[in-house]
Amino acid sequence: MSDEKAVSIPQQSGGTQAKDAGADGEILLKVTGLQKHFPIRKGLLQRQTGAVRAVDGIDFEVRKGETLGVVGESGCGKSTMGRLITRLLEPTAGTVEFEGRDITHLSTGALRPMRRDVQMIFQDPYSSLNPRHTIGTIVSAPFRLQGVTPEGGVKKEVQRLLSVVGLNPEHYNRYPHEFSGGQRQRIGIARALALNPKLVVADEPVSALDVSIQAQVVNLLDDLQEELGLTYVIIAHDLSVVRHVSDRIAVMYLGKIVELADRNALYKAPMHPYTKALLSAVPIPDPKRRKVKSERILLKGDVPSPISPPSGCRFHTRCWKATQICRTTEPPLLELRPGQRVACHHPENSEDQAPQDTELLTEARQAAAELGKSSDTSSDK
Amino acid sequence: MTAPIETTGAEAGAQPEAVLAGVKKSQIEGRSLTQIAWMRFKRDKVAMAGGVVVVLLVLMAVLSKPIQWVFGLDPNKFNQDLIDPALLAPKGGWGGMSWEHPLGVDPQYGRDMLARIIDGSWVSLLVAGGATMLSVLIGTVMGLLAGYYGGWVDSIISRMMDTFLAFPLLLFAISISASVQDGFFGLDGLPLRICVLIFVIGFFSWPYIGRIVRAQTMSLREREFIEAARSMGARGPYVVFRELLPNLVAPIIVYSTLIIPTNILFEASLSFLGVGIAPPQASWGGMLSNAVDLYTADPQYMFVPGLAIFITVLAFNLLGDGLRDALDPRSK
Repeated sequence: MSDEKAVSIPQQSGGTQAKDAGADGEILLKVTGLQKHFPIRKGLLQRQTGAVRAVDGIDFEVRKGETLGVVGESGCGKSTMGRLITRLLEPTAGTVEFEGRDITHLSTGALRPMRRDVQMIFQDPYSSLNPRHTIGTIVSAPFRLQGVTPEGGVKKEVQRLLSVVGLNPEHYNRYPHEFSGGQRQRIGIARALALNPKLVVADEPVSALDVSIQAQVVNLLDDLQEELGLTYVIIAHDLSVVRHVSDRIAVMYLGKIVELADRNALYKAPMHPYTKALLSAVPIPDPKRRKVKSERILLKGDVPSPISPPSGCRFHTRCWKATQICRTTEPPLLELRPGQRVACHHPENSEDQAPQDTELLTEARQAAAELGKSSDTSSDK
Repeated sequence: MTAPIETTGAEAGAQPEAVLAGVKKSQIEGRSLTQIAWMRFKRDKVAMAGGVVVVLLVLMAVLSKPIQWVFGLDPNKFNQDLIDPALLAPKGGWGGMSWEHPLGVDPQYGRDMLARIIDGSWVSLLVAGGATMLSVLIGTVMGLLAGYYGGWVDSIISRMMDTFLAFPLLLFAISISASVQDGFFGLDGLPLRICVLIFVIGFFSWPYIGRIVRAQTMSLREREFIEAARSMGARGPYVVFRELLPNLVAPIIVYSTLIIPTNILFEASLSFLGVGIAPPQASWGGMLSNAVDLYTADPQYMFVPGLAIFITVLAFNLLGDGLRDALDPRSK
């Protein structure tokens, strides 16, 4: 962790508390070499025949007051990563440190005090609220489970939380089915905030919502960060959402972080080809600008199976710059520019890490040719 | 699910303090899923009819002794004067129906049929209800354990269910009931027979509900609210009893009302086979059993208890179907 990196001040969080904390660069969560392999068992004796390498060795840290966005295609291990750092899943290897304390293999009982500081917002507001419980019961569950009695009583505190997230406090007695998706997500946020956590992990907090509601919820998260000095890890596949909320962004591909950078650096000058491809896929809502910039990169094929990931760089099967070294050697996650770490042999917008290796792989040559063709045709128009 | 919500009172944008002050007076009332189910159930006339009959039957069973006392009915009083000694059948048509004996009298002894039906009702419902409760209790616990913990717990419990389902239940029930002698558990006579029946029927029918609860638990376990509870530090028992069980109440209630009639029939079959309730206690199955020998002389004797069983089973089934529709509208 270099000093230059810590300079990045959260851009959208105007609250002094959050800003100061971000500038301090105090590390709240530190993840090293984190792995989660789900065993595949077969046969009568349940012998392990393989493993789904959902998360396969990732390192990052989250500083106080900042928002780390995690993006990637479906099945790249984003959600598994979120469940590992909240310890809903037991990591296979690596360590998770929260406030300097190793929580990787703590038991349920020993984790309990930590649960107060790390909360989660879930993806599907229709399944994250128990349909048989009232909103009051749902939002007050953290108090009951942690044995905390807030000042002024549980009911009053729940009603305060409901008004904080923009719901009518009188809805205390209602049931989840009486609310819309956006309102339900607010209830989920109120529950996550109940114990005044330090870190909130949001697993695709808006992807199940209408686009019009997404903005409301995203802005609510922003405002809450400002008011309460929260630290977020926001997992999403919507790049515009991530861009809006994040200070730093981690791009994941097949269980690995391929690029980890400050938001502006990442969007301005993505280094990893995968990041570039992802960014090029963001739709541009302005038809005038669309004509100017039309270098959409279409990646061919699906994400390879995490059961047997490709050798070397995991992206080499779909990359248009892949060379021999990409197939044989796994690129390390290196800081090629202050505040921008990339795992690539031939990064964009930076000097080549393996300049001696110029021979493109066959698939890459095809991909590159098609890329050239498609950009030609689009520029013709 | 779109239930109308009555919203009157404070507006949404009010200040929290102001709103808090008005909380007690507010008219906003959330409708729980139970209330919505009840509204839906009330609209279902057939199910309501079944429900009313079930309530009447339960009342009749619970109050059977007071009813007999009030109306001066005695299920065990012999009226030999009403029996034709040659045929052993009641004198007169329709099983000896008269104002004094509205459902007639039984052959051989001339006991009042109405009194015997009423007196038999509590036995039938007690055995069926007790057996259902026992099987629901065992089935729910086993199903929850198997579904929530999975792995080897699930394997053991599931194999146990398979074993129980593979038992030739009727033969087993007959042999157990026949081999239990007076003095077991310090009980004898009627209480012993009732306990044995409840145990046999309940203990061997739990896998049916166990499987349903297991399947439901397995699907609920993957929902995010379970993860949410765990992320707040909830332990297994909390998750099972506070988060899962409330969601299982509906299927359990529905299934219970649907196996009560099966258990009534099962008790009747055991009594019919002579291993259930022993005479002189009146029981519907026992009456049917006696009637088989005498049906040529007195067909009415078979008809009355048969009708009682039929009405009871039908009422419970209609109630159960209605409850299922009301509690889980998607299952249609």
